[in-house]
Amino acid sequence: MSFLTLTNIQKSFGPVQVVHGFDMSIEKGEFVSFLGPSGCGKTTVLRMIAGFEMPSSGSIVINGKDQGTLKPNQRNIGMVFQAYALFPNMNVADNVAFGLKVAGAPKAEIDARVKQMLSLIKLEHLADRFPYQLSGGQQQRVALARALAAKPQVLLLDEPLSALDAKIRVSLREEIRQIQQQLGITTVFVTHDQEEALSISDRIVVMNSGRADQIGTPFEIYNTPATRFVASFVGTLNIIEAKVADPATGTVAIGDQKVSLKEPISGMKGGDPISLALRPEAGSIADSAKGDTALTGEVVSTSFLGSVIRTKLRIGGDVISFDMFNDPGLTPPAYGDNVTLRFAAKDLLVIRE
Amino acid sequence: MKKIWAWGALVFGLLYFTLPLIGMTNFSLKMRRGEYSFDAYGKVFSDPRFQETFTYSIMQALFTILFGVLLVVPTAYWVRLKLPRLRPYIEFITLLPLVIPAIVIVFGYIRLYNTSSWLPLTGSIFGTNVLLMFGYAILALPYMYRAVDTGLRTIDIATLTEAAQSLGAGWATILGRIILPNVLVAVLSGAFLTFAIVIGEFTMAALLNRPAFGPYMQLLGANRAYEPAALAVIAFGITWGCLGLIQLVSRFQKSAPPKA
Repeated sequence: MSFLTLTNIQKSFGPVQVVHGFDMSIEKGEFVSFLGPSGCGKTTVLRMIAGFEMPSSGSIVINGKDQGTLKPNQRNIGMVFQAYALFPNMNVADNVAFGLKVAGAPKAEIDARVKQMLSLIKLEHLADRFPYQLSGGQQQRVALARALAAKPQVLLLDEPLSALDAKIRVSLREEIRQIQQQLGITTVFVTHDQEEALSISDRIVVMNSGRADQIGTPFEIYNTPATRFVASFVGTLNIIEAKVADPATGTVAIGDQKVSLKEPISGMKGGDPISLALRPEAGSIADSAKGDTALTGEVVSTSFLGSVIRTKLRIGGDVISFDMFNDPGLTPPAYGDNVTLRFAAKDLLVIRE
Repeated sequence: MKKIWAWGALVFGLLYFTLPLIGMTNFSLKMRRGEYSFDAYGKVFSDPRFQETFTYSIMQALFTILFGVLLVVPTAYWVRLKLPRLRPYIEFITLLPLVIPAIVIVFGYIRLYNTSSWLPLTGSIFGTNVLLMFGYAILALPYMYRAVDTGLRTIDIATLTEAAQSLGAGWATILGRIILPNVLVAVLSGAFLTFAIVIGEFTMAALLNRPAFGPYMQLLGANRAYEPAALAVIAFGITWGCLGLIQLVSRFQKSAPPKA
């Protein structure tokens, strides 16, 4: 049985429905990220788990207990906010101890737990500092320790890295994942940053307009996007508009060129329009070992990006990008060249709306 | 040329403000014929009615501040957190004491809470004291509300409240341990203003017939020469002391932790 279950969650603010029939089951100790653009409803779902918003309908069950009537302070949920939300009138140790004091824990237990938490975030030496004396990264680590101190059953992270600079974000996200794995705590992480979600999650929920478009492992989300939205939101993806030539053999026509997907296309007939997706890293013009499927196109531009060279090709009516690793022995194609792009048929994905 | 006019205006303003004060202070020191002395101050301080009325007004001020804090802090917090659309209306209500004269308020009280009413507060000394304290709280409301509301504006109360709730805190804990300590400087500013208002208030105390400092000053002024001047200097000193304390705590706020 799942540890955290959301069943048919709906949420409306006045006439505007922001979450539509959201279903999700999260196992104990799992790290799940809600990924999506601003306004897709990811934070609203998180806030409903925390109890700050009530679902218009549907149920939230944590560890077998329906949270429907429970107030936020009765749910035993730890939460970390984007704006840190450390109590300005308390020092680091008092901030971390707050939840335990509210719960009426004995002083010796509080002191030991605070020490343990500060050791976990490697800030024992800053126990007496006030929040204004800490950097953003340090404040967020204290906020994490505070949320974990009272041993919550679920940890909720609401874009905790958004206010930090790029370097700190990378190191802190790794630290968060390490601490989460160490404690084995069930965690829901909200972010609009695909790299963050892909790098630290066990599973990702890609949200779009209040719905979960796809739920899967980072590998599944990236390699086999279920919808056009997921394909375009996660990573860089070329969308190629084609026509079904022969659904039985999986042959499609891209402009005047035909390629085979090597498997039948269900639910379509010859002449139907079809959207295909190809990752920039899936194709190569230099390496024939990349695959047995080929498309010929004209070079529109070539950009040197350091470790990779990104080339744009006009194929049929679409311009698609592909990347190749930088190699001093390689001559990048020039504007106007006609080149053959090779890739594996399995990398050409059929995109459903 | 412009500078001369600016300096001239400043000097005129300072003289306009300070000359009456200097004159009054000078007069208060001339009780003994032909030399300066603190005789008038000595007489005021040794007057048992001074001690009685001053103590009474201080106690009234303390209770008014306590009541004001208990009324205004949760109200301003709740309005900011849950009812932001009501803020203009609440602000309007808190400004009413500035446009409704104290005499109108106190007559309203006497009519509503007289001995033949459903709540005869004026029928006992304790009840009248409570009524006077409520009246003082109303008079101080514009200052107390604004001070607290300004303090609340400097902290992210919504996120701090949610953070505290997620850690298991109830409303009383959130107000007492998170919100109030973070707006304490603002509350103190409001408290000092309330103190200054209560110490000098005349109308309500006189019409409710309570032994407050304001009516005592008026009584002394009607019957004595030098003592009222000394008393005015004392009252002025108290008011300026309060304003000085506001400045002090405001400076303290600047070095306090910035708000999240």
